[in-house]
Amino acid sequence: MGKTITQKIFEKNSHKKNLTPGESVWLDVDVLMTHDVCGPPTISIWKNEFGDKAKIWDKNKLVIFPDHYIFTKNVHANRNVDILRQFADEHQLPNYYDVGTERYKGVCHLALAEEGFNVPGTVLIGTDSHTCTSGAFGLFSTGVGNTDAAFILGTGKIWEKVPDTMKFIFDGELPNYLTAKDLILQILADITTDGATYRAMEFDGSAIRQMNMYERMTLTNMAIEAGGMNGIISVDDVTKSFLSSIGIFDYDIFYSDDDAKYFSVNKYDVTKIEPTVAKPHSPDNRDIVRNVEGTKLTKCYIGSCTGGKITDFEFAAKLLFGNKVKVPTFVVPASTQVAKQLEIESLNGISLKEIFENAGCIIAESSCAACLGGPADTIGRSSDGDIVISTTNRNFPGRMGSKKSKVYLASPLTVAASAINGFITDPRNFL
Amino acid sequence: MEKIIKGKAYVLGNNIDTDQIIPAEHLVYSTSIPNELKMYGHFALSGVPIEKAGLPDGNIPFIEDENSESEFSIIIAGTNFGCGSSREHAPLSLNVAGVKAIIAESYARIFYRNSVDGGFLIPIESINKLNDKIETGDELEIDIINNQLKNITKNLFYELKPLGSVFEIVESGGLFNYARKNKMI
Repeated sequence: MGKTITQKIFEKNSHKKNLTPGESVWLDVDVLMTHDVCGPPTISIWKNEFGDKAKIWDKNKLVIFPDHYIFTKNVHANRNVDILRQFADEHQLPNYYDVGTERYKGVCHLALAEEGFNVPGTVLIGTDSHTCTSGAFGLFSTGVGNTDAAFILGTGKIWEKVPDTMKFIFDGELPNYLTAKDLILQILADITTDGATYRAMEFDGSAIRQMNMYERMTLTNMAIEAGGMNGIISVDDVTKSFLSSIGIFDYDIFYSDDDAKYFSVNKYDVTKIEPTVAKPHSPDNRDIVRNVEGTKLTKCYIGSCTGGKITDFEFAAKLLFGNKVKVPTFVVPASTQVAKQLEIESLNGISLKEIFENAGCIIAESSCAACLGGPADTIGRSSDGDIVISTTNRNFPGRMGSKKSKVYLASPLTVAASAINGFITDPRNFL
Repeated sequence: MEKIIKGKAYVLGNNIDTDQIIPAEHLVYSTSIPNELKMYGHFALSGVPIEKAGLPDGNIPFIEDENSESEFSIIIAGTNFGCGSSREHAPLSLNVAGVKAIIAESYARIFYRNSVDGGFLIPIESINKLNDKIETGDELEIDIINNQLKNITKNLFYELKPLGSVFEIVESGGLFNYARKNKMI
């Protein structure tokens, strides 16, 4: 019987052959990532549980990105960053990216890609549910809590159940009014928010192969929104070219066998998909934009690991060029590298940053910001009565701040089109 | 591990995500300083819209006033309990509030393993939908070994799914105890 990529990586890192889905195995962890929200409690559990024997299993494999609550006056949030800084200092950690320094990166999932931690064929574990994003590089990546992370910190190991794999094939040429976000929202509608629980989600097809790495990351990023253990896309020339540009050449490439057994296979013709939204209050509450067109908005938001990558801003700038936004519109580059790219990249001779400024957008510093609400002084945070359209990943009650606000999730094209009108708008009206 | 768990039911719907269990803005408190740890109990389930808090009628706060402990120690919920973020603060906050067990139709993976590995509470799966049969405030008794739930108030019995492969970790009281017992660390 053939195997899927995820199963092959499980075999490699568990040193076992012929694993069956559902079986529990111990995996060697290649990278452990944490951040300011879950890092401090992870460190505290590690110290308590290992006591005098507490030793970091491999400093080179530990990566810490403060990114969640950064630009806030909240003293408790700032204390969490201090704890990370002291820990990194005490243990001389090579992969700590401190706030207020040149090394500060912003949102961890994008930073992992930029800094070369997404190595194909490896196991990457993070204390963040969106750690599944890294799977776009043909590796196994998943989110865990603090106890599991503390255990890895001391042992380099995690127990995990071998997942079944669900395959999603997107064929056809992606029309200019669609982005990866529309595709993943379509999947969520079809399988719902628990449709992939404990399973791997593998993406393939000609439309995926045409996508750059950032767009692929939007797909794997939201695997968790379907309950998926991981999202994964096999390595191809696009992956190799991205990796070689940051000096990574040595890695294991796995492909799913032709006779691999899948839990399910869903096929899509992308030319038949419409610009899509997830209505309040669930990422699987799908509708096509045309059906909710005209819904009045109070805020628009472009940011986060899901929708704050350079490609998301390229899409948005295309529509915002020469236009003005009618409601407060927040532009939050996920990483400091993206923030720099906004100044360098241009459209019709004008930098993306200037396009957003001219359109009247509010440009914020790189962090997770209002994607998850955050402390009261977080920029872009939703207030009572807000109706928001956002390129982020979740719209459960209160996710972006007030539980008395409503959030629509959409592609950067749809959010930009909606910002121009002040109500939900199909991007085709501007293309 | 307690083999018999008794307590009052607090009933919730489907897709109770981690932002409803403990809103992200509260994740700034230290989990190792006792006075701050209490805040996690105080804010437990504070993100659930009030009309859906404590079914069937709703409008029952899980935590009264300034308390950090709840009078309800068993949660009954629908599908996909604990979906959303990886924050271990979610089962931790329920634990601080005094929750001993949850009975839901299904769980999100990370919440499930955080509950088990952190030893915070016992996540049990029901065989049938129960959140339309049990009312908030009903007195319940869970028999962990025999996988049975008794609704004392209504004198009804329900079968539960066995814990399966995680039983040993639950019985040990979490991943670290389990690993020490098995000489892994």
